[in-house]
Amino acid sequence: MTFFAVDALSMEFGGIRAVDCVSFTVEPGEVFTIIGPNGAGKTTIFNLVSRIYDPTDGRLIFLDEDITRLPPHKIAERGIARTFQNIELFEHATVLQNLLLGRHVHKRTLFIEELLFLPKVRRLELKHREAVERVIDFLDLQPHRDSLIVNLPYGVRKVVELARALSTEPKLLLLDEPSSGLNVEETDDMAFWIQDIKELLGITVLMVEHDMRLVSAVSDRVLALDYGRPIAVGTAGEVQADPEVIRAYLGG
Amino acid sequence: MDGRRRPVLDIIVQLTLNALAVGCIYGLVALGFVLIYKATELVNFAQGDLMMLGAFTCYMFVVWYGIGYWPAFALAVAIIGLFGAALDWLILRRVIGQPQFALVMLTIGLGAIFRSLASMTWGSEIYTLPTPFSAHQTMVGGVSVSHEYLSIILGTVILCAVLYAFFTHTRLGVAMQAASQNQLAAYYMGIPVKRVFSLIWAISAGVAAIAGVLLAPVSLIDINLGFIGLKAFAAAVLGGFGSIPGALAGGVTIGMIELFSGAYLPQGFKDVAAYVVLLIVLVVRPQGMFGTVGRKRV
Amino acid sequence: MRFVFKTTYQQDLALFRDKFQRDWYLALMACLLVLPMLLPEYLVDFSLVLIFGLCALSLMVLAGFTGLVSLGHAAFLGIGAYAHVYFSQDLGLPWILSVALATGLTAAVGVLVGTPALRMTGIYLTIATLAFALIIQEVFNRWDAVTGGLRGKAVEKPVIFGVALHSDAAFYFLCLAFLVGGLWITRNVLRAPTGRAWVAIRDSEIAAESMGVNLAVYKTMAFACSAAMTGTAGALFAHQVGFLAPDIFTVLLSIQFLLMVVVGGLGSLHGAIYGAICVALLPVLISEARDRVPDWFGQLFGVFGKSAGLAVAAAVDRFVKQPGLEPGIFGLILVLFILFEPQGIYGRWVKVKLYFSLFPLYKRATFARQKSYMKSERLR
Repeated sequence: MTFFAVDALSMEFGGIRAVDCVSFTVEPGEVFTIIGPNGAGKTTIFNLVSRIYDPTDGRLIFLDEDITRLPPHKIAERGIARTFQNIELFEHATVLQNLLLGRHVHKRTLFIEELLFLPKVRRLELKHREAVERVIDFLDLQPHRDSLIVNLPYGVRKVVELARALSTEPKLLLLDEPSSGLNVEETDDMAFWIQDIKELLGITVLMVEHDMRLVSAVSDRVLALDYGRPIAVGTAGEVQADPEVIRAYLGG
Repeated sequence: MDGRRRPVLDIIVQLTLNALAVGCIYGLVALGFVLIYKATELVNFAQGDLMMLGAFTCYMFVVWYGIGYWPAFALAVAIIGLFGAALDWLILRRVIGQPQFALVMLTIGLGAIFRSLASMTWGSEIYTLPTPFSAHQTMVGGVSVSHEYLSIILGTVILCAVLYAFFTHTRLGVAMQAASQNQLAAYYMGIPVKRVFSLIWAISAGVAAIAGVLLAPVSLIDINLGFIGLKAFAAAVLGGFGSIPGALAGGVTIGMIELFSGAYLPQGFKDVAAYVVLLIVLVVRPQGMFGTVGRKRV
Repeated sequence: MRFVFKTTYQQDLALFRDKFQRDWYLALMACLLVLPMLLPEYLVDFSLVLIFGLCALSLMVLAGFTGLVSLGHAAFLGIGAYAHVYFSQDLGLPWILSVALATGLTAAVGVLVGTPALRMTGIYLTIATLAFALIIQEVFNRWDAVTGGLRGKAVEKPVIFGVALHSDAAFYFLCLAFLVGGLWITRNVLRAPTGRAWVAIRDSEIAAESMGVNLAVYKTMAFACSAAMTGTAGALFAHQVGFLAPDIFTVLLSIQFLLMVVVGGLGSLHGAIYGAICVALLPVLISEARDRVPDWFGQLFGVFGKSAGLAVAAAVDRFVKQPGLEPGIFGLILVLFILFEPQGIYGRWVKVKLYFSLFPLYKRATFARQKSYMKSERLR
């Protein structure tokens, strides 16, 4: 069974090929990282997978299903969750409310039932709350549970972003530059979280990252992109030693 | 030029000119919307009321103080332009950064205040403005062409040409775009953002005043003149809310559509034709005739 | 300073934070029930407050919680009003059924308006609702058979299950029941997944979509819900006003509804009620002031001599009796609130409460807005 596969994916923006015939597969339970210089098309691939953009060419396959034409909100239902590079949290809500929104894919109540707040709704709300509290425990967010996002520092917001994605109980987690804006300590914490997500929660991680320390620490396999085209794939060590990759990053 | 009057052609030409003239007025008010929107991303719901104030101010100078038409015109435009700049300087500057909805409400409130002030200063009756064009006509090919409509059309074309040249051949246009897309970065680049905005407001208010004075001989002056602003929305949206020629094209198109709805559709459709067009455009092609669609980068 | 010690998740879900808050609201309810005995001459105005409260609530759900600003809610009010009068008087349907049908019809129109709105963002949606309201007003003017056109339509008193409600007090209780019901329903939805989805749509559509929220469905639901509540309010409004005419449901009324939401405080249910109280009672206040303010000025300046006092009183009297003053006052209040109190009355109340609970350690900077720079909303 194909867990997740990208097949000849291409994206054109008015003449510019941001993503050019990219193909790779992700095995269940691994951490797969995409690296590349700025403008290589990494976040574009993420936006294509979460269906914010429509690809010009190619296919996306998840759990043997062709998800290339699926509307964006169905992607979360299938079990793919993502974080955003520039944090898209709900600014005027509390951490708890943000995480509870992550449970939306598990909503089993009808509107009319919610209008009257039937016991079924109450029961399911408590279940959602318990699930979210498990995520809060996992990521040590207890002190921030009732804080508004606007009042939180950047490092904590990144963790909340991760927590919200985890609340959906995904099978595949897309992390868009998880260490951007974090200092060394926070990046180390992030590395531990990612390892825990892989080993304790059994979630497959597809990641875009710049920080090579983090990439080497957690990745099972790495794909290097340059100008939208794949130039190397393998373990972190192999890819970093590849002459094409060195040329793409350092020029010459 | 056989000197015979051709009554049917006469009526058609008159109606068409009327529609064109009204369309030009829509275009001018839409232009005011577009200028402010491009600069500050604020939709100025008080634009129509600024137009009303312009018309009243000119009326006041001509009828109460006996000044000639052209000096009164210039004075009215200057005063309303300064008023627009003052509005920005005193009030709008304090609310930049708030969500768009709050700014929209602010301009709605300002519009209500303008109407109230106008009714207290000049009374709530209907007035006429005597102009050099009133009730003058020329015969062209056996068809009478009213000077009032001509003045509106010519005035609009000249004004739009001047503004277009101003914005494409000066650094102000580029500065405007920068300040509208990312204020903080514009500050870093040395653009005096606040002064640029005040200038845009002054120009937009001036354009509204010109529209008001041009419109005055055709439609009578009263405090509800500003409701034309609502139809000008349709013009602005149709034109794409992004460019000077677009606003004018949108305005003229709405004028023409109103003309044909009045002629061919049952009664009452003419009044709502502009709004129906607005809804259709927003649903089918929100970027209008000339606009572009943007998308947030995540 | 009072701490609420929570031991169960149920407490977070409950309607009231603790017994203290619940008792406070029960006391408020008791006062409202006794009001007809204490102030019978203002009952009609209070009924209007309750009806406008329902409208403010519906607009708060749409604009405050889902972020879809509508300048056309007067149209929904009108549709509800005319539909109810048509169903109950022209078709002779029982009152409850007529109100239910009117609500359903308004909700359907809300869906009709909401569906194209899915493709519009921010200001375009507001303009579209404005256009819609203007078109509906023209429909009210022209559709003689149902609305009576420009002549208007007289409305009889409500007759529920054969019991005629002729007294002001009975009607007041009816409106109170509807408002409390509306508040309860809204509170329920807001603490359930749908309410959270709405708030998510307001704050970040892209993130909401990535979390599985079907934008189309939820935005349409918000429109339908809001329109339905306004439609119900419209049915009550028809009885309150006694005579329906198209020039009641103008853009100015829609603006007044938005005023309620802004003045009360966007994003809070309390705000809806505070806003409704302000806007519904403002005309009453203005007319009372019109009678009394000239005399006060006269007395004040009477210090300088009797004739001076009389002259000032006459001048102020002329000023306040001008017809164009009322919309100007509304506009002024709106502008002042946006400039100085952007979080509305409810926001001010929260700050006052914090002041007293933190006394004497309160710092004004707690709520100081960070200097913010405008970022383009065009690219959403």
